[in-house]
Amino acid sequence: MNLASLNINIYSLLPLLMVVGLALFVLVLDFFIPRGGKRALGYVSALGLVCILPFVPMFIETVPSYAGFVIADTYSAFFNVVFLVSSAFAIFISIDYLRRLGSESGEYYYIMLFATAGMMIMASANDLIGLYVGLELMSMSFYILVALRPGKGAEGALKYFVLGAMSSGILLYGISFAYGFSGTTNVNEMAAIVYRLPDNNTYLYLALALIGAGFAFKIAAFPFHVWSPDAYEGAPTPVTALLSVGSKAAAFAVFLRVFAVALPAFHGQWSDMLWVISAATMIFGSVVAIPQKNIIRMLAYSSIAHAGVILMGIVVNSSAGASAVLYYSLVYAFMNVGAFTVAALASRGDGGEQLTDLRGLASRRPWLAFFMALFMVSLAGIPPTAGFMAKFFVLASAVHAGYYWLAVIAVISTAIALFFYARVIFYMYMRDYEGAELPERSLFTCVTYGVVLILTAVGTLALGVYPSAILDIAVRAVGPLFTI
Amino acid sequence: MEQLFFYIFSIVAIVSAILVVSVRNPVHSALYLIICFLQVAAMFVLLRSPFLAAVQVFIYVGAVMVLFLFAVMVLDLGKERLKDSMHSQSILGGALAIVLFFIAFYLVYNGDIVAPLGAYTETALMKNTEVIGAALYTKYIYPFEVVSLILLVALVGAITLVMRHKDN
Repeated sequence: MNLASLNINIYSLLPLLMVVGLALFVLVLDFFIPRGGKRALGYVSALGLVCILPFVPMFIETVPSYAGFVIADTYSAFFNVVFLVSSAFAIFISIDYLRRLGSESGEYYYIMLFATAGMMIMASANDLIGLYVGLELMSMSFYILVALRPGKGAEGALKYFVLGAMSSGILLYGISFAYGFSGTTNVNEMAAIVYRLPDNNTYLYLALALIGAGFAFKIAAFPFHVWSPDAYEGAPTPVTALLSVGSKAAAFAVFLRVFAVALPAFHGQWSDMLWVISAATMIFGSVVAIPQKNIIRMLAYSSIAHAGVILMGIVVNSSAGASAVLYYSLVYAFMNVGAFTVAALASRGDGGEQLTDLRGLASRRPWLAFFMALFMVSLAGIPPTAGFMAKFFVLASAVHAGYYWLAVIAVISTAIALFFYARVIFYMYMRDYEGAELPERSLFTCVTYGVVLILTAVGTLALGVYPSAILDIAVRAVGPLFTI
Repeated sequence: MEQLFFYIFSIVAIVSAILVVSVRNPVHSALYLIICFLQVAAMFVLLRSPFLAAVQVFIYVGAVMVLFLFAVMVLDLGKERLKDSMHSQSILGGALAIVLFFIAFYLVYNGDIVAPLGAYTETALMKNTEVIGAALYTKYIYPFEVVSLILLVALVGAITLVMRHKDN
């Protein structure tokens, strides 16, 4: 193999290299900063990510580079924006959260950046091996981040690690079968070979089932969801925010790329499988979220239900469905990070984030209650918020493609989900305040959380009122997936 | 002749793998696991992949199993500790394993699973290590570099988690 055919192209990797460079810079900086001043690393990381953000849309290369391993198309750029935004938010709220938890450390910030780099590798992966190493980088970082919360972290991290390692094994097993039937791990080459295969190829079925199960673990779809409530509850809340938004978006990015680009010829086979998973996930997440007493666990099950809805966009396998997946991922980043920010702020500091902690919040912290209500309304999918538009686009694409029953199930699960979102608002506005006074927040705390809350709230509202701008970008972003 | 060796290696591998999960002493199961790994290494030789065989012996039999034995001895795991943590899932697990085994057997018996020949000929495979090295530093350079990041994160994570434990 000569070097020219590798198509070494540094520009296709530049945003990724910047994030990795930032992570290494923070790693080295960590040695020079005394124990008390680690929050400076948080500012460097968050501001660094914000500075990298404008570079993402500047480096679009439509031709795969690095021997077909990397593709920096508009699709991966869109997801990179989602990752950088949600990661910057999560790091920003971590600064105060870690201070209150009394476990400020430099490692936290650069492992968070490495997790972001892993997500970016996944989004721009054009090869199953490249995808897998990105997934491992992201998962490895999250195993450590989940364990960083003193006390509860270890249990959640252990469950996440054991099940995550097993799901990686299942995914690799599936990839090996995919290599078995096609003789390649490259997504484009596989697409060309798959068309020539006979319909009932056992290797292909095994690959579809195992790769699908491996990805379903990462998006926490039913019945592969068992790790997620424990990991979410055990992790530091900002990590939970990134875990539920970033890692899920990354998993959806590779899910869509592998199934829509490499295996469109077998849409009939894999759409049936994903149909069942999607429907079961929506219903299960919505129903099991109802009895939850802990707000993080409730949001974890709500996140499972949302994953089911987003999965619909993949089942449809059309440009409309895929662009709805992208739009949903961005919207979900805003509203879910916002909800977790309020949860991090409203917890009474004793480690538990009980739903009852929110009782009468509106009388003590009217703005906080208002933001939480806005995020709950958006997660429930009520207009004029972005959550409604996101659900609408996914449902519209499903109905358009003739998946009527799936759309009906989605609507029913949304109606069920309304109950537990509304209960949060009910607790905040209709109940009297109980218990100890909330501790006074310093000005510094108010400013950092305030910035994140205002930006996420503005995003949630703006995307709901004026969705066409972002949707147009999303439609153009998925263009490369459906032209081949 | 080759088939005979294949059957010898695979039967020993399967028997030792069953012994790994059925003996009570963790040290014994670690030793049986070494036997199992050695058989797999021998099978790699039969598949004309001496490099993989060497790596299998160096890394799994050498490094990983020594670490494993160290962990077992340092933590002083008692006998039957594993059995206590199985709860009542052994029946379910066994049933699932049997079902999976039958599915695999059915597919192989029907000839649904046949491995196509790889891209490499016998002569190319003679330069086994060279082929792997060249592929690793040309075609697979990107995942190769990403793996270095994974190792960095794993290293930092291991130290961080252990040191935090020490602080408390």
